[in-house]
Order: sequence, then C-alpha cells, then structure tokens
Amino acid sequence: MQFMLLFSRQGKLRLQKWYVPLSDKERKKISRDLVQTILARKPKMCSFLEWRDLKIVYKRYASLYFCCAVEDQDNELITLEIIHRYVELLDKYFGSVCELDIIFNFEKAYFILDEFLLGGEAQETSKKNVLKAIEQADLLQEVSMLSSIDGFSWLF
Amino acid sequence: MSDVVEKTLTALPSLLSLDPQPGSAKLSSTSKLGNLIRGITELTSKHEEEKLIQHELASIKDQVSSPNTSMRQMKELMVRAIYCESLGYEASFTYIHAIKLAQQGTALEKRVGYLAVSLFLNESHELLLLLVNTVLKDLQSTNLIEVCMALTVVSQMFPKDMIPAILPLVEEKLNHPKEIIRRKAVLALYKFYLIAPNQVQHIHNKFRKALCDKDPGVMTASLHIYLQMIQENPEGYKDLTASFVTILKQVVGGKLPMDFNYHSVPAPWLQIQLLRILALLGKNDQSASAVMYEVLDESLRRAEMNHNITYAILYECVKCIYTIHPKSDLLEKAAKCIGNFVLSPKINLKYLGLKALTYVVQQDPRLALQHQMTIIECLDHSDLIIKRETLELLFRITNAQNVVVIVEKMLEFLRVNTDDYTTIDLVGKVAELAEKYAPDNEWFIETMSTVFSVGGDMMQPDIPNSFLKLLSEGFDSVEEDRKLRLFAVDSYITLLQKEPGKLPQRFLQVISWVLGEYSHLKDELEPTVVLKLLAKLLDMKHTSSETKSWILMAMTKLCEGGAEVSVVREVSETYSSSMDTVLRQRAHELQYLSQDSELRAKVLLRDNGLRPLEVDSSLSFLDGFVSEALAAGAAPYKPPHQRQEELAQAKALSLEPYGLSLPMSMSSCSITDRQSPTLLSMSSGLSGDSAEISHKGGSTSLKLDGVKRVWGREGYLPQRAAVEEAAQVEVPCTLRSPSQQGDADSSHSQTPTSTPTPTEPDPEKQQLASLFFGLSSQSSVCLMGKPEPTPHRFRRKAKGVTDPTSSSLISTPSNVEKLLCNNLLDSNIASELAVSSAKQITELPQGLKTASCDVEAELTDIADIKQNNPSLIVDNGIVAAADEDPDRPKDLCLISHLPAELSELCHSEITPLCTIQSLVLSACHLQKEDSLVLAVFISNSSDSALQHIVLDLDSEQLEVSCVSDSPAEDFRGHSVVVYQYSLTVKRPSIHVSIEGTVSFQLPGEAPQAAQFSYKLPLTIFIRPLTVSTEEYGTMWLSFSHDTKQNLTLIGDGQEALTATLNVLKQKLQLHVVEIIGQEGILSCRLLQDQPCLMHCRVHAGTLAVWLRSPVPDLPDCLIYHCQRALQEY
Repeated sequence: MQFMLLFSRQGKLRLQKWYVPLSDKERKKISRDLVQTILARKPKMCSFLEWRDLKIVYKRYASLYFCCAVEDQDNELITLEIIHRYVELLDKYFGSVCELDIIFNFEKAYFILDEFLLGGEAQETSKKNVLKAIEQADLLQEVSMLSSIDGFSWLF
Repeated sequence: MSDVVEKTLTALPSLLSLDPQPGSAKLSSTSKLGNLIRGITELTSKHEEEKLIQHELASIKDQVSSPNTSMRQMKELMVRAIYCESLGYEASFTYIHAIKLAQQGTALEKRVGYLAVSLFLNESHELLLLLVNTVLKDLQSTNLIEVCMALTVVSQMFPKDMIPAILPLVEEKLNHPKEIIRRKAVLALYKFYLIAPNQVQHIHNKFRKALCDKDPGVMTASLHIYLQMIQENPEGYKDLTASFVTILKQVVGGKLPMDFNYHSVPAPWLQIQLLRILALLGKNDQSASAVMYEVLDESLRRAEMNHNITYAILYECVKCIYTIHPKSDLLEKAAKCIGNFVLSPKINLKYLGLKALTYVVQQDPRLALQHQMTIIECLDHSDLIIKRETLELLFRITNAQNVVVIVEKMLEFLRVNTDDYTTIDLVGKVAELAEKYAPDNEWFIETMSTVFSVGGDMMQPDIPNSFLKLLSEGFDSVEEDRKLRLFAVDSYITLLQKEPGKLPQRFLQVISWVLGEYSHLKDELEPTVVLKLLAKLLDMKHTSSETKSWILMAMTKLCEGGAEVSVVREVSETYSSSMDTVLRQRAHELQYLSQDSELRAKVLLRDNGLRPLEVDSSLSFLDGFVSEALAAGAAPYKPPHQRQEELAQAKALSLEPYGLSLPMSMSSCSITDRQSPTLLSMSSGLSGDSAEISHKGGSTSLKLDGVKRVWGREGYLPQRAAVEEAAQVEVPCTLRSPSQQGDADSSHSQTPTSTPTPTEPDPEKQQLASLFFGLSSQSSVCLMGKPEPTPHRFRRKAKGVTDPTSSSLISTPSNVEKLLCNNLLDSNIASELAVSSAKQITELPQGLKTASCDVEAELTDIADIKQNNPSLIVDNGIVAAADEDPDRPKDLCLISHLPAELSELCHSEITPLCTIQSLVLSACHLQKEDSLVLAVFISNSSDSALQHIVLDLDSEQLEVSCVSDSPAEDFRGHSVVVYQYSLTVKRPSIHVSIEGTVSFQLPGEAPQAAQFSYKLPLTIFIRPLTVSTEEYGTMWLSFSHDTKQNLTLIGDGQEALTATLNVLKQKLQLHVVEIIGQEGILSCRLLQDQPCLMHCRVHAGTLAVWLRSPVPDLPDCLIYHCQRALQEY
C-alpha cells in the first residue's frame, strides 16, 4: 500500500498515512486531487479508481471516507477488507466509533493503524492481537498517570 | 459490524453540536487540543482558521522552546502540532522537538514522539539521522513496548545509510521470545530489503526460520519478504514450493487459531499472499505447478460463501491458475468463476471480472466471446472506471477485423475523458493499434490525426516519432508508400486550411515535417500554397519556438526557387534576427539554401529513402577534436550514471577550483548526444531526414524476440490440438452474421458460415458484437493450418527489427553468445600475444604449463591457483604437463580413470574427501568452457568387493546434477570408480560448498556411511563476457543489484589502472571492455549466463569499483574476490 487517507464528506482530511517517501507538496496535491475525485463520485459507483499509475480503493462509512492507494497488481477486494478491518478495530477500541472519536483522538487512531499496517503491509490480521498490543501500550498510560517513575520493565 | 458503525456514524451531525454528550466522556473536551478543535469547527471562513492556527502555532513555539516545559506537556504540544500540520499548516519548528520527545520521554511520551516523527518527516529528511541513537537505545531496552515502538518506526522510515548501525540488533530480535517483537523485526527487515537489498542478504537463512515460526503472525510477516524475493528470482526458491503449498493447505483446512479468521474465513490475507507466491513459483514450471493443483482446487471449492473476502480469495486463485502451467479442469473452474464475477450485479465484482478477463483473454480469447454481451453493456456503463477497464480488455483482443470499432470506442472515451494520465495511456494504445492493424491508408492517417489532436502535447514523444518513421521508411510496396504519403499531405493541407490554431504543437511539427518531405508528391500542388500555409503557422501566437524551427526546416525543403522566393525571403529576414539561436540558424539556412540551388540539391537529397545516408553514429570525425581537448587539459568524458554517482558522493560543498570548463563541456556534449538520441531534438540534422531518424530506432511495438511462446491465439500451445477441437465446436454458435457489420468491415468478413443468435435484444449492440470478430474467425482459420491469419498492414522493412514477425531473422541468442564467446577467446590470445611487454612474455609460458608449477602455488585455494591458467583456452598440452608432476603420483593414477573426453581438460588438485575403512573418496573439478564438472573418485583398497554404494551430493548454493551414468553399485577390490557431476551456481556466495554422504556395505556387514564436504571459490564459475561498450551501457541500466567499494591500485602513475585491470583480467577472467583515461569497464558472467558488470575509476589513489548484476549477491561476492586477487598480487 502506498498511502491511506481518511477524510470527511466536507473534504476535511482526518488522517493520512504515507508509506512512500513524498514531499509535502506532493502529498498535499495528491490528497486534494483524490478528495475531489472521490467526493464527486456517486454512491452506487465502483469502489475502485485508476489514478495515475495507482489503484485507489475507497469506501464510505457514514460521514467518513476511507481511501487507500495500492499498486495495479494488488488485489482491490482485499484492500477493501483492510479498510473494513481497520474500521472494525476502531469500532472495538472506541466502542462504536464515530467521526468525533477520530477527530479528538487521532493519535490513538494512528496507533491502531500502526499496529495493524506496518510499512504499508498488513502486519497483524488477528483483531485480538492488534487490540492486545494497543491495550498493553495504553495500560502504560494509566500507570504513568498514577506514578511518574521511569521505566516499566516490571510490567513484563 | 458495519451496520453498527454506519448507525453510529450517521448519528454524528447531532454530536457535532458539541453539547456534552454521555458518549463523549472519552473525548478530551477540556484539553487544549479539544478547545482548538472545537474552536476550528465553529469558524466560518478559511481566513479565520488561518488566524487561529497561526496564533496556536505561535503559542506552541513559545512553549516548546521554553526550558521549563516538561516532557508530559511536550507530548500534549506535539499532538497539537500534529493537528495543525494535518490541517496543512507548517510546523517545522516542532520536528526537532518530536525527536527529542522520542529520545527523552517516558515510554508513553516516546510513543507520541515517534508518531510525530513518522508523520512529520519522510525517509530522506536529514533530521532523521538524529533519531538513530534513540532507536539504538530503545532496541536494547528491556521494556518490550519501547522495543516495539523502535521497530515500528524503523519499519516505516529509516535512513538507508544508517541501516548497518542497527541491523545486528534487529536481526537479534528474530529470536526474541515474544512473537510481536519477532513479527515487527521481520517487517523491519522487509523494509530494509526493499530499500537496501544488499544489506540484508546475509540473513536469508534467518528468513527461512521466520517462515517456520510457530506463530502464524510471524510466518505471515515473513511472506512479504518472500513474495518480494521470489518476484525477483523465482528460480532461487523453487525448493520452498512444497512448503508454501503445505501452509496454504493448513490455512484453507482451518488449522490456524480462530483469531485469524475474518468473517469466518480463515486468514484471508495469508491465503492471498500465498496464492501470489505460488503463482510466481508455478509460472512456466510444470513440476512446481503440479504440486499446487490440489490445493488450488481446494481453495476454489472452499471459497463459496457470498462475501467480499471470499471473492478476493477467488480472484487471486483465478489469477494463479491462469499464471501457472495450465491444467484443464482448473482452468474450466476458474473460467466459471470469472463468469460469475462479470455477470455479478455488484459493480466492484464486475470490475474485477473485467480485470480478470483482461488478464486471461490473451491466453483464452473464447472467454471474452462468451461474455460479449456483458462486455458491450459495460462499454456504455455510466461509471467511467468500468468503461475504461472494458476498453483495456478490448485493447487486448483487437485484431485486424475489429480494430475499426474498438479504436472508435477508445477515441469516443478520449473525447470525454479529463484525466491526463488516462489520456496519455489510451492515446498510446490507439496509436499502437492503428499502426498494427490499420485496414487502409485513409483510416490510418485520420486516426493518427485524431490521436495527435486529442493527445496533444501530453502524449509520449515516441508516438509522433514512430509515426514519422513509419512514413519515411515505407513498407514493402513503393506504390502503397506513395499513396499513404500523398493521403497524409492531402489531409494535412485540409487541416491547415481550416483552423490550425487549435492544433497542438506536436501535431504541427508532424504536419510541417510531412509537408516538407512529401508535398512534392502531389503534382498539382504549388509549393507556394504550402509555403504560405506554413508561414501562417509561424505568425500564430501560440506556436512554440520548437515548432517554428520545424516549420523553417520544412520551408527549407520546399523552397525550390521561383515564385515562392518572396515568401521565403520575408520569413528568413524576420527570423534571422530572432533572439532564439536555433531559429536564427534555421533562418540563415533557409536563406542560403533558397538562393543557392546547387548547394541545396547537395544537402537536401530528395527520395533519399532509396539511397540511405551514411551516418557516422560514433561521431568518429570528432576524435581529433576530443583528443586535442584532452591534450589541452579537458576532463575525460564521464557517462551520466557516473556523474550522478559523483554528485551523490559530493553532497558537501566542493572546495576545489573548477577545471577548464569549456573544452570539457563541449566534448561531453557531443558524446552525450550520441548516447541519448532524442528523436525530436534539433540536433538531428538539417532536414531530419529519414535515414537519420530510422537509425535511431525506438518504437512502441512489443519486443517479443526471445520470449518463449507458451500461449498462442488458440490457447496453450502444447495443448493446441485439444483446444482447436473445442474451438471448432463453438465457432458456429458464437459468431455474428457479417451482414450486421458496418460498411467498414464488410470487406473483412471471413465468417460466412455463422448464424445470428436469436436471443439478441438490441440491434445496435448486436452490431457492436463485431468487436469480437476475428477472435473466432482466427480459430477457424487456424483449423485450416494457418497459424498467423492476419498479417499486419504496416509490416516494417527488415531494418525495423522490433516487429515481432521479423524476429525469426535473428539467430537464437545462445548461438550468438557462443560465437561471441569464441571470438573473445581468440582475441584474448591474440591481444595477449601482441602485447610484448617483458612481464607478459614470462607469464604466458607459465600459464601454459600446469598449475602445480605455477609461481602462485602458495595460495590456499586450489582454484585460485588455477586462475592464472587460462583454462578455457588451453588444450591437450596441459594434462600432459600435469602428468609429469613428480609429487602426485596418486593423482596421476586417479586422473587416468577419468573418461577420455574429460581427461583432456585442465583439472584441479585432487583433494581427499574422506576415508572410511578401505574406501577412499577424493575429488577434483574440471573447467569446461560452459560448465564445471566435479569428478568424485571412490577407490576401494580392500580385497573384497563393496556393495550398495550410494553417493549423495547436495549444495545450498549450487545446482548439482549427475552427468555420468551411475556406475555399478558393487565394485571389486582395488579398483576406482568415478562419478561426474555438473555444477552451476544457484545462489552466488563467496565460497560455495557441496555437502555429500556416501554409504556402502561390505558383504555380510552392516551398512556404513560417511559425510564429507567440498569447498570451491566462486571464481571458478566466472567466465569472460564479451560485450561492446554500447551493450554494456544498456545492460548497466537494466541491472538492479549493485555494490560499491574502493580497492587498492597496483603500481602507481598513469599505468596503474591498466596494470590493476590486467591483474583482474588474468586472475578472475574478467573481460576488459574499454579503458578511457582513468576509467575502465569490465564484464563477466557466471556459468548459465548470469552477467555482472564492473565499472572502475581511479579516484584519490584508490580504485573506485562499482559492480552491477541482475543476480542478487553476485556483485558482493565478486568484489570480495577482486579484493583478494589484488591483495595477493
């Protein structure tokens, strides 16, 4: 996968993850182009797009669009399911997720994404394992709220 | 689940009213970030937002630079900075603080620090270097989460040059007890493999361990690496085929933990990954494919549930089945699957169905025929994406019968399409089809005119080039050529008389060239008319200066004196004072040539197609100039890749004074032109005439030379008979009546036997079914024994070698290679003998003697000793010499057991392998020109006969195949048997070794066995590779694996380079392609034609060596041997 974008129906970017090195300018241009193209598409249309030499796979969940760019020889359907699995993960973590969860806790959404996809490839497809990893890291957070001691090697 | 999400997400607008909601407790509504976000949603204008964010950024800036800010506050600030950046505002002042946070924060703060780094910076950002130490520290941490974070950031972005610093630590993590760490380590290594494959090649064995990991997550992660490596070199991993099949079987059979299920489908991601790997391994490999059939069948069967995820698996399965060696019942099932996709009402599946059809249709056009109605419907689909994919499919099935309809559809799409990328792609395809299948001149010229108008100035430059080349080279018939050119002139004159202002620049250039070259063919056309039209173009506002220069050249060709002189004079006067130097020159040329008709006749030969101009493409007439410039102190020419390399090396400021710039730049210019001919460049001479263009080549057609033809139009070739039978049965029911075709194709209807299908609903669509003409008629023609029924209209003359039909003219590559090789050997001898330096004279006789009395006998590697021995060249004389060696009477007697054809070859020292009781094993290797033979001697020194002797050899790096007929299993006392094996390199390594076991039985005793190993240096597999400098250049650019190192020079002064390269040539059998000044290029190959190229340059007293090869690891191994060869010298 080359990159993943989350944006709202109004065209506001909510999350962006780039797995290929691109300059800031290119990133902005690409996301602007894509947001425009995708928002212009009708609901019953195909979820796949050809864009430059990439394949864009997108899906809308309520007010949020999830959009991934993969290479032409990649499997579009499984990419669609990657999006879906990510939504499932967000849903499980936030407990029925809504756009606001992602707006206000975008760093959490990034952490979950990093646990699920690494370097553009599906890292862990077991839902349980992804959430376990996130929870372990979060546990750290709560502990650190209580005490400010450094190092948590005692946890393991 | 999705329902739940949809519901909650639809409830959003009410949430956005920002009243404290019960569910929003977890929103950090009181935090500063919360306030910021809320503040922004309340704003109404972009301007207000900008003000607010600038204010926010200023406050963040204040706080991050304050020494009193704690890490916890820093974390909070960083999240706000990320938010601002994601809105598109720059917060680059926080980057360094993000790195600091990752470095100094507690685990939790670190996490935000790393996240910020990964979002802010990209791989090439220089600040990333500051992260290396932090990553190093965290990789060594005892805290698992810190290790995880470090590995996560490393797999996303890491400076390529710093990989060696952390590699050992990451490698170590492959053995970590926690699976999450192992998994992330594997992915980090995958990332390293992608950006710097050379760095991780020594851990390939560890990847195998990861593949066998007990945790399915780790195993899945390792497949990413394998997919990549197998893509690059499928041959190297054939031995894993069975393992991948077993894994897939287990997955499909539901043997993985339930956690990995996704909508009750077992590990779909894993399945798809495995199917892709299997496709790569089974491609063109019957035996590997045979192993997969069962599990593929099973996968197809299991994936029956009606859910997207099963379709994803099915799609991959179908692709795999069509890629590997075909099996008919699987193909049938796969075809059915594709059918289901295409017919599905779900638009995503329809799309994939079309994509799959596109993929398989060249192998099996009948499949498209089955779904023709659906395809025609898709052509008019409201979604452009579906339309586009359908056109792609049609492009693949185009032939001379349906080309008109398909091209029409493509042009129709082009006229409504707004996306540049698609336009460029499609325009290229139309041009390709037009060139290949044009039914007549008019259609061809008109179609190309549309291509030029629609494609405009975006299209690939090779389209106009190849069009002009086609016009100028002509075809088999002179009369046809004339008609085509004449028609082009006619149609362009008409275009210019209409509205030339709307035509794109490229098209204008084509038009002016054609008019300049061919308007004389039209007798009734006055040159003045053309000249006036052209002059009008010159006056247009939008005409670019490049186009103007084309126009001026066309005018130069047209001006024959007489009435037109006045037009010409005016033009040349205007432009002879132009600011543009090129235009000025053209104007002067025009002026002089229009006045001097004698000179003009000499320079501009008409009908030069008949007498091709001699073009000195090597620019040898400049040699004098170059050597003069060199003598005057100019720097020698450097090829572009080397200049780039130097630029990369010299990133820092250069403090050295500049060299003499003028002569250098001129000499490099002239040679650059030679190496990168731009067809449209102004340097292509006065007239850009045909001979010049043609010699430069470049065409869009596929180069099929040397590609194995496995699939024909009729299906898989070995199975042709069976498929043809099937086609015969199907033809009558699938063909459309020719009477329903448009006028254009009526002359091509070859299918009078067909009957229209009664179920046809729409006459218009029925007519479109002519799209599929030819698909079926071809198979029927085939039945009559004519495999290529549709010859291309524009069959190029023999000089356009790119046409696949002329590929038979070229002899098979292997033969050419052999010829080259032989020549090389001869020339090697000749050149060595010709150089009469004292040193070489003393060396030559040594080389011709045996290795055992070579001066370098102290070398440890047996084969190294042999390197000085030009074993490829020598013949009978040598073994005789070996026999005289007094030290090895035993060798001598063993050698006598070699078969006659081998005993004449030069052999290595005979090495004892193992001794077990009365059995003695020893071996030597013999170099043949195109192979390496290993001879294993088994001598039985006992009196009794031995039974059941079994010798087994295996090697990780080598392909070992037995060439001798296996000698009798039993053999009598005091005798010797010889086993011969042929060795080729499978995976290059510095030393390669062969592991073996031998077992035997004495009569009446238990069987005994012993193990042994035999080590060889890679160098004995190296053979010289003769290439020309030009060939070297093309090869160099196409090779992907490389390595660079500095080596010590031998000797010093001017001759150091030559001396050093000579040592490499003698010791490693490298071929010296060319030496220019302080640079040299060399080439070699491993047996089995695995080339490796070497580029050397003397730089700061050392030899900077750069090696490239298509084979992974080969450059690194070779550099090692070069280093040794030079050290030992």
